[in-house]
Amino acid sequence: MIHQYKLGGCNIVLDICSGSVHVVDDVAYDIIAMFEENGREAVLAAMNEKYAGKNGITAADIEECYAQVEELRDNEELFAPDTFEDMAGMLKEKTAGVVKALCLHIAHTCNLNCSYCFASQGKYHGERAVMSFEVGKQALDFLIANSGSRHNLEVDFFGGEPLMNFDVVKKLVAYAREQEKIHNKNFRFTLTTNGVLIDDDVIDFANREMSNVVLSLDGRKEVHDRFRVDYNGKGSWEKIVPKFQKLVKSREGLPDRTYYMRGTFTHANPDFLEDIKTMLDLGFTELSMEPVVCAAGDPSELTEADIAVVMEQYEKLAELMIQRDKEGKPFTFYHYMIDLTGGPCIYKRISGCGSGTEYMAVTPWGDLYPCHQFVGDEKYLLGNVFDGVKNTEIQKEFLSCNVYARPECRDCWARLYCSGGCAANAYHATGSVKGIYKAGCDLFRKRMECAILVAITREFAGESADSGDDGCADCDSCETCGNETFYDHPHM
Amino acid sequence: MEHIKTLKTRNLVKSVKKGGCGECQTSCQSACKTSCGIANQKCENNTAKESK
Repeated sequence: MIHQYKLGGCNIVLDICSGSVHVVDDVAYDIIAMFEENGREAVLAAMNEKYAGKNGITAADIEECYAQVEELRDNEELFAPDTFEDMAGMLKEKTAGVVKALCLHIAHTCNLNCSYCFASQGKYHGERAVMSFEVGKQALDFLIANSGSRHNLEVDFFGGEPLMNFDVVKKLVAYAREQEKIHNKNFRFTLTTNGVLIDDDVIDFANREMSNVVLSLDGRKEVHDRFRVDYNGKGSWEKIVPKFQKLVKSREGLPDRTYYMRGTFTHANPDFLEDIKTMLDLGFTELSMEPVVCAAGDPSELTEADIAVVMEQYEKLAELMIQRDKEGKPFTFYHYMIDLTGGPCIYKRISGCGSGTEYMAVTPWGDLYPCHQFVGDEKYLLGNVFDGVKNTEIQKEFLSCNVYARPECRDCWARLYCSGGCAANAYHATGSVKGIYKAGCDLFRKRMECAILVAITREFAGESADSGDDGCADCDSCETCGNETFYDHPHM
Repeated sequence: MEHIKTLKTRNLVKSVKKGGCGECQTSCQSACKTSCGIANQKCENNTAKESK
């Protein structure tokens, strides 16, 4: 399977099963589109009619281009067959019973009262509660005991607002550091916070112990304060932004210490690029903005008209990233991070989300759920950290989730970038974890198209810088374009 | 005339041989809590990476 699209002045062809990414000229783009369904003579005739004699293109050029496409096909870098289906599920089967990541719901309570909160103001539709040290310690013991030979273990301190139970967080981290030496493990901690309780003590601790901190900020003050309010209805933007800035500043340059500003866009701000720009103006460069997760009919739900705006925003975001790169002011957008040379292997790409198998959420009282999105839905209660997983039927459902278990994914070009998507979103949209959340799929595909454009542009910019030329030496199309650099005007 | 420029990418077919160690980040951790994907994750298997 291939996917071809035009974006940002580039003709891009993705070969899905080999993972190859090609940037091609117009002739190659059209040849590739016809290649599988038509014979050589028919393709050449069509190309000659369209291109021969125009812009210096000859019949010989077209034949040469056709031969290059054939060569890529022969090398299985184009139209590579999908030979992975038999392997689907192998990684999960091989590692069945191994747990390597926990989302610890350290506090089912919150000091903000955000109306769009999927966790109902941190309570997950239940009572307010905080996790005791004893429950947290048992969760860490459960993780270590079930981690098999996995060395890297991930723990996310989540809520509600985890800093409302900060003493327990500190004690649990100290306990984990003791245990990792005994069991030859490496804990990577993440703290997800709304920022209200950040102080110097929190900053020191986070910089020492948290591999990643996720800081909730929705961007523009009026956007953020529309939903993210305290129990008196007062917006939190002015209170938290200086705290976030202090934390981020103190974290700069520390090895293996990342942060993300994590915002949500809703019906109120489908033009979320303005929120990204606000975050940049505030000095933040590691950014993530996600579509709201809410029930159908919720006032914050994105409408079809909003989705159209969001699609356009994603393209403009790619343009902004490319522009900022050129200005020497790069930034990261979480969903545009793509590692073309060092990304995940095929097993990971087809086995899907690890929820319910290698990844689980733990409630303040120690119950286990497939992930944080299922907490509070008793049907999905898996067991608890004291007795282990008891609901094996539900776990089997998650174990059998993979790219090939979802019929809609089989024909989707993005399946090996997405791995089948979010089981919780699928469940909430269709009633089955093996369904798909179509609106989410549409947004994902757009994000991948944009992410790959940014990756291509950065690759070309790097090559131009390495070679010292402008990248146009071999290009016959640029004679009149006057472009400053190849990646400004790739043509290919 | 160069009509096609191919970027360096990890060959997914070759990753069959040495992949599957399971040490990479869980899909839904970190800044992504619903928009699940795996494209942004790094391979943590140094042996497998050498064979790309």
